[in-house]
Amino acid sequence: MASLKDMRNRISSVKATQKITKAMQMVAAAKLRRAQDAAVNARPYAERMAAVIGNLAAGVSGDGAPKLLVGTGKDQRHLIVVAAADRGLAGGFTSSIVRAARDHINSLINQGKDVRIVCVGKKARDPLRRMFGDKVLESFDLSAHRTLTLPVAQPVADLVLDLFAAGDVDVVTLFYSRFKSVVQQIPTAQQLIPAVVTGAAKPDLGGACYEYEPSEEDILEALLPRNIAVQILGALLENMAGFYASQMSAMDNATRNAGDMIAALNLQYNRQRQAQITTELIEIISGASAL
Amino acid sequence: MAKFHFSLVSPERELYSAEVDQVDASGVEGDFGVLAGHAPFMTALKSSRVNVRDGSTIRVFQIEGGFADVTPQGFTLLAEQAVEVV
Repeated sequence: MASLKDMRNRISSVKATQKITKAMQMVAAAKLRRAQDAAVNARPYAERMAAVIGNLAAGVSGDGAPKLLVGTGKDQRHLIVVAAADRGLAGGFTSSIVRAARDHINSLINQGKDVRIVCVGKKARDPLRRMFGDKVLESFDLSAHRTLTLPVAQPVADLVLDLFAAGDVDVVTLFYSRFKSVVQQIPTAQQLIPAVVTGAAKPDLGGACYEYEPSEEDILEALLPRNIAVQILGALLENMAGFYASQMSAMDNATRNAGDMIAALNLQYNRQRQAQITTELIEIISGASAL
Repeated sequence: MAKFHFSLVSPERELYSAEVDQVDASGVEGDFGVLAGHAPFMTALKSSRVNVRDGSTIRVFQIEGGFADVTPQGFTLLAEQAVEVV
């Protein structure tokens, strides 16, 4: 049985831990609000860009179409970009993304495809290295950037585009966690190359046809690489919001657990103290009655 | 005068989204102004100023590259960077 002094130490250390988790929870809550705004504000651009590409894609077809849009016509070599957090202590945030990516990668490998992996964020790197070893090409550490802007996402996009331009990959898929709400982040796979044209319903032009300056192909040629960077940035922003939401609830749980533990330890401490007092009393009384 | 819907978005946020009378911008192949009922067209944009007129108020934005997409539904300007010039 631990001595009373040991128990006092134990209780005070749990109390200190609780203070830390409580502080982390509040910091995460404050950062969450900003990250959430950033993620929501970035959505219109990505949506509009997807719509514009949809309009363009409806007009471009056949051999002249850019490779980024139609793909290489093969489905053999896959590049998986896994975007996760740079820091831990956020519950199952990173592991849920890694799990989704792992299942996808394993199913590709079982189909006999070549898979290569690029990690964004420190926390995804280690588990993926452990599972897939040399398949991990490159890993980006974005923890130095305080705010996420397009120039932050650009190096990732450049790497993807270089690999694609060099003919090393056919299909590129991005894994991230979509921020649905504070309690719900959904690991999501998004295909970057070939571009997924959503809602390719041709806009109603009222019988007129589109004019392009410069040509259709030139615009697409410039727009598609940009779209990749924008999609990666969008994913990073969603991740950031999801990370803080996840950290906030993880720290909330930790604070509550610490509270429960303190209550249990206090109860035990008081019982033991009571037992000790009782023993001392018995000793005194029996000593007195022996006289 | 007839109005049309104009939205100016940058990767970080949407800067402007409302009904306007006229928008002037600079494409890579020349400056242009858009009024309601403009023929659909799309162009890459130079780094330049964009004037947005709604009634008697004019707001000016500085953009760094981007794309303009004019459809009968409205005008969408995707800027790589944009700030409002006060």
